[in-house]
Formats: sequence, C-alpha cells, structure tokens
Amino acid sequence: MREPLPLLVVDKLSVHLPCGDRIVRAIDEVSFTLQRGQTLALVGESGSGKSMLCRAIMGLVPGRALLPAPGRIVFAGQDLGALKASERAGLCGRRIGMVLQDPLSALNPVMKIGRQIAEPMRHHLGMSRDQARERSFELLRAVGIAQAETRIDCYPHQLSGGMRQRVVIAIALACEPQLLIADEPTTALDVTVQADILDLLARLQQERNMAMILVSHNLGVVAGRAHETAVMYAGRIVEQAPTDELFARMRMRYTRALFDAIPRLDDPAQAMLTAIGGQSPDLAALPDGCSFAPRCARAEARCSDQAPTLVSDGHARHRYACWFPCAVGANT
Amino acid sequence: MNRSDMLLRIENLAVEFPAGNRGRVRAVAGVSFDLARGEALGLVGESGCGKSSLARAIMQLPRPTSGTVAFDGEDLTALDAENLRSLRPRFQMIFQNPAASLNPLRTIGRTIEAPLRTLGRHDAAERTRLAREMMAAVGLDPLQFYERRPSQLSGGQCQRVSIARALMTEPRLLVCDEPVSSLDVSIQAQIINLLREVQQARGLSLLFISHDLAIVRHLCDRVAVMYLGKLCEVAPVGALFSAPHHPYSRALLAAIPRPDPKHRPAASDLLPGEPFSPMDSIEGCSFRARCPRATEECAVQQPELREMGAGHLVACHHPS
Ligand SMILES: Nc1ncnc2c1ncn2[C@@H]1O[C@H](COP(=O)(O)OP(=O)(O)O)[C@@H](O)[C@H]1O
Ligand SMILES: Nc1ncnc2c1ncn2[C@@H]1O[C@H](COP(=O)(O)OP(=O)(O)O)[C@@H](O)[C@H]1O
Ligand code: SF4
Ligand SMILES: [Mg+2]
Ligand SMILES: [Mg+2]
Repeated sequence: MREPLPLLVVDKLSVHLPCGDRIVRAIDEVSFTLQRGQTLALVGESGSGKSMLCRAIMGLVPGRALLPAPGRIVFAGQDLGALKASERAGLCGRRIGMVLQDPLSALNPVMKIGRQIAEPMRHHLGMSRDQARERSFELLRAVGIAQAETRIDCYPHQLSGGMRQRVVIAIALACEPQLLIADEPTTALDVTVQADILDLLARLQQERNMAMILVSHNLGVVAGRAHETAVMYAGRIVEQAPTDELFARMRMRYTRALFDAIPRLDDPAQAMLTAIGGQSPDLAALPDGCSFAPRCARAEARCSDQAPTLVSDGHARHRYACWFPCAVGANT
Repeated sequence: MNRSDMLLRIENLAVEFPAGNRGRVRAVAGVSFDLARGEALGLVGESGCGKSSLARAIMQLPRPTSGTVAFDGEDLTALDAENLRSLRPRFQMIFQNPAASLNPLRTIGRTIEAPLRTLGRHDAAERTRLAREMMAAVGLDPLQFYERRPSQLSGGQCQRVSIARALMTEPRLLVCDEPVSSLDVSIQAQIINLLREVQQARGLSLLFISHDLAIVRHLCDRVAVMYLGKLCEVAPVGALFSAPHHPYSRALLAAIPRPDPKHRPAASDLLPGEPFSPMDSIEGCSFRARCPRATEECAVQQPELREMGAGHLVACHHPS
C-alpha cells in the first residue's frame, strides 16, 4: 500500500549558527515525514535542538542562521524555502499553530485574552470584529474553558497557569491549522494539570485531523501520546520509531540510557538511579564519531572514529544510529 | 522516636507577606513536623504552595512570621543575630537555580572555600586542601575545575559546586530547594545519587523539596505533601506511595507521567473550580474547591493532621 503524501517533509535539514569564529550545529541533517492526523514526539535533553527544529519549520530561526543545502522543508507539497518571506509568514501563520512552554511569555500581559484570540483571525482570515469574537467563544469552549463569556475579558494574570496554556492553545487553533507544534507545552505546569492539557491536545488533534509535533524532554510525557517518537541528541535524530515499538525495542544506546535515568515508581524505593555520566557535547565542537560516544558505556574505537548513520531496524519505520545497538528485547 | 533523636522540630510555622492594600499572602499557614538525625524528608506540592517559603523560614532567611524552629534543641527564632550566625554552619541550603546561586566572578575553588574563610577556620593552605578534597567527593576533578568560573560549567556541575560549598562547614542539616528541577533527566540522576551518597556517608538530615514525587521516592525516608501553605499528608515513603489517604496526594500520584505506553496517566479527578489563593482567608479545608470528595463539613471545619497508621498523618475529613 502506498502512503499518502505527507503533510510535512523535513529533509536533510541543518541549522548552523555562527557564533564568533565558531559554528554551532544546532540541527544536523534531520529528516522525517509527518502525515495528517498523526503525532510525532520529539524527545531529548535541553540543547539537543528540539526548539530550533520547531523554529526552522515555522521559519523563525535567528537572522544569522545558515540553512545549508540540500536541507528542505516541504509543507503540503510546497517547498517553504522557495517562498518569499512574506508568503511564508502568511502560510505558516495560517496553517501552522504553535504552543510554547511558558504560556505567560506567549501572551500579551496588557491585552484581554479575547482580543489575543481574535487578532490572528482578523489578520489572517480577514474576519470582522464580531465574527472573530463569536469564534473566540467557540474556541475557548473547545479548549475546555468554562464561563467563556466572562473569561474572554480577563487579562492573562487573572488566570491560572493551566488556564493560560488553554488560551494559548485556543490562539494556536484560531486559524484552523493543519499542523500544531507544541514545544514542551506542559513543562512549566503542575503535574496535576499536565495530563489534562495533553489530553486536550490529543482530542483536538483527533477531532480536527491535524498533524502534531509534540516536544518534550520527558519520555514519560510522550509514552502513549504520540504515534511516532524521534529521540534527538546533539542536533540529530538518533532513533525514531512508532512509539510503542520504541518503548518495546529500544536500540540506540542513548535512548536506553535516557530511559534508564528516569526515576520510576516501580523501582524499589531508594534504589540508586542509573545516571548517564558526563554531559552533552559542545555543538560547536562535535566529536567526529557518534556524538554520544564520550558518554556511552558501550562505546568502542569505531564509535569515536566514525559517525553511525540512521539504519532501519528491519521493523517497519524503526530507525536508529548506533554501531553497537542494544539487543532486541534486552530489558537490562 | 526519642526526643533527642530529632534534629529539627518545626512547630506551627507561619510565613506571611504583605500584599496590596492591607492584604497578605499566607505562604505558610501553620506547619509542624519533625526531622530525625540522618533522616531524609521529602516535601512536595505544586508551585506556589509555600515550599520555598517554608525552607527559607527554617533557615531564618528571613525569619518566619510566627512559630518555632528548634534545631538541635535550640529555638532559632529566639536567637539573636550573633548566636544565629554561630549556628549557621550547621544548617545549610541548596537552591534550584545552580548558576544564579554562585558568584560569577569567583573561581569554583574560592567559592567552595568561602564558608571556611568567613568562619576564619584553618589557614589558607589547609582550606585549599579541604576544598580540593570536597571537590573530588562531589565528582568535580579539582585539577580541571578549581580555577574555573561558573560560566564555564554546566548546570549539573554548578549544582555539584553548591553541594560541595554547603558541605564544607560539616552541617547536620541540608535543606535542598528543588535542586534538580532545572536539570536534565540524565544529570538529575547524577545529582540525586550524589545527594544520597553524601547524606548516608555523613549521616545528614535532609529536607528535600521537589514537585516530582518519583524523585522523592528514590531519595527520602518520609514524605510531606503540602497544599496552599499547609501539610495535608505526612507518611513513610512506602505508605504514601502504596496507600495515599489524602485526595490531593492521590491526585499527585495518579498524575505522574510514566515512561510506559501501556500506562497513561488519567486526566485528574480534581474539580475544575477556581482554587483558593494564599491571599484568601479560608474557612474549612483549603483543598475543598478542587476536591472530588468535599462535603458540607469540609466547608466549615478545617481538618487537622491526625494519625491514621504508624507515622502516617492525614488532614482530611474523608480520607480514602
Ligand atoms: N539564538 C541562538 N543563538 C545561538 N545558539 C542558539 C540560539 N538558540 C539556541 N541555540 C543553541 O542551539 C542548540 C539547540 O537549542 P534548542 O533548540 O533550544 O534546544 P532544546 O529545545 O532541545 O533545548 C543549543 O546548543 C543552543 O545553545
Ligand atoms: N517575597 C514574597 N513576597 C510576596 N509573596 C511571596 C513572596 N515569596 C513568595 N510569595 C508568595 O507566597 C506563596 C508561596 O510561594 P513559594 O514559597 O515560593 O512557593 P513554592 O516554593 O511552593 O513554589 C506564593 O503565592 C508566592 O507568590
Ligand atoms: S554508536 Fe557507539 S557510542 Fe554511539 S551509542 Fe552506539 S555504542 Fe554508544
Ligand atoms: Mg526547547
Ligand atoms: Mg519554590
């Protein structure tokens, strides 16, 4: 069976940032595709390039950033690199919604939330004030805000953190985007609110048949919430698979180490945690071989000489980059 | 437990801040607990519930509005500045933001020695030797790091420096305010293991603040759950995790995301109602606006902590 044309194709995308006489390789030859109605999770520790990748898709990389050939981003059949800046901004503003980590900084503190939701609809869809306000009510209800009629005239500081994030989600949905990018949408929220927001995102994504990129530094957040998961390390995707498959058969050593470092409720209480030694590499001076090699317990000479490329695991859609992958099913 | 086994006894501690015209924020609203020698107590609760205010009140930074903090039998709230200063080396604190709590201009070595210098302990050569020894003990190679400055260190390394500095005066009590919340999982595990190691090796008492229950379970003997300035449940780790009694503790536990696709945390059963703020004067239980079990009684009668099992305290009219 042939797969339908993906909504989003990211192909050999690199984002390099000149910093003085050094070049920070924030994203290095990242490729993936995303279908409508599917969620892709991006997981990795801070600095691994998750946000930069999202910004690159939105066309919001810093001005001095270089996007070396042959990197491409194709959205709904359209090569975004071929568009003029203004065309691209219009397209992304309408068709791609974005939810960021900190709802407070995403909202304008001195503007009522109703206006903040209406603004993009007036700007991108040319709605009248009344139309936009009517739609704002609908959106507030859709994101689970009770008493939308009174809330619409609140300022952001009058709402709880979870409520603010719902408003940000409403804004992201305003123009009925085909792709929703949620960059650590619950990292700044309390754990009791987290599941509600993640459920909300999943429901909206299903109802509207949107594609979603769900970014998290927490493997626990994406388990059961994404069709596929890509693990990033030092600007590269080092493993990617359907989420259940990934958790059942981790191959790449970093994925495994990240998984093992999580404190778990089913470990014996007060057990030592399995830490990963060292720290992630300097992106301006990446090692020649596998960028995880300096921290990897399994590394051999080959790992520091030669970078492993993503290879297929033989299972559908499971790829990993590791010279000495974990044995399948070995849960140790 | 014997009275003299207790290193710290907190009684009825309250912290208030003035707010707006004649309003006040009750950040800590009457908290009591004990901490035994060599014991690790976890303090959990959502952001804004008063954890940091409680920690700082114990440190007398600033002094609490009311209540007592008995450290090794000595009420810190009653001590004058000079006596307090002479006791300070014995209780130390580590903060959440590792980089911001270090002096950016000082080398790591000088930062770690500083507490000894302030106390006038030892000569310069001996201080340096002790600092290097401590650096090695917290996993920082002195040859590599002694002369570096904080900007040349990662977040995890800065937190190691904070821990080393706190340990230089051989404290009996270490108060850790979310020491790993800003660190990556892989680094977090290193720091948790380090804290456990030094706690056990030195027989330290640890008050470990976190919003992550899974971490607390790895590190602590007992857990106190805080909601809006009050403790709602205190229990040995095993009991809290296997049989939480307070509806808020249950919600916290149920919400922990797990790295297991077969287990998806349920949406919480907490009510969506507008929760109280620490500026409200609250009658009855402060959790009732969000509590799925709340009744009339909860609106009029404030639940007190009472014992429901060995060392298991719960403040709820309808515990499960
Ligand atoms: N504006 C910028 N200028 C230079 N480097 C940047 C900038 N923004 C991010 N970086 C670098 O790019 C890398 C990736 O960052 P980011 O995408 O924010 O990571 P993540 O979201 O995974 O934590 C990091 O090394 C970061 O320091
Ligand atoms: N210096 C201060 N002045 C006024 N209000 C404060 C101050 N510090 C904390 N608060 C308030 O006290 C409450 C408890 O805060 P905090 O102790 O920092 O909670 P936590 O550490 O659990 O997040 C919050 O409502 C906070 O806004
Ligand atoms: S390639 Fe080598 S260094 Fe990299 S993860 Fe695999 S075993 Fe470790
Ligand atoms: Mg980010
Ligand atoms: Mg705090």
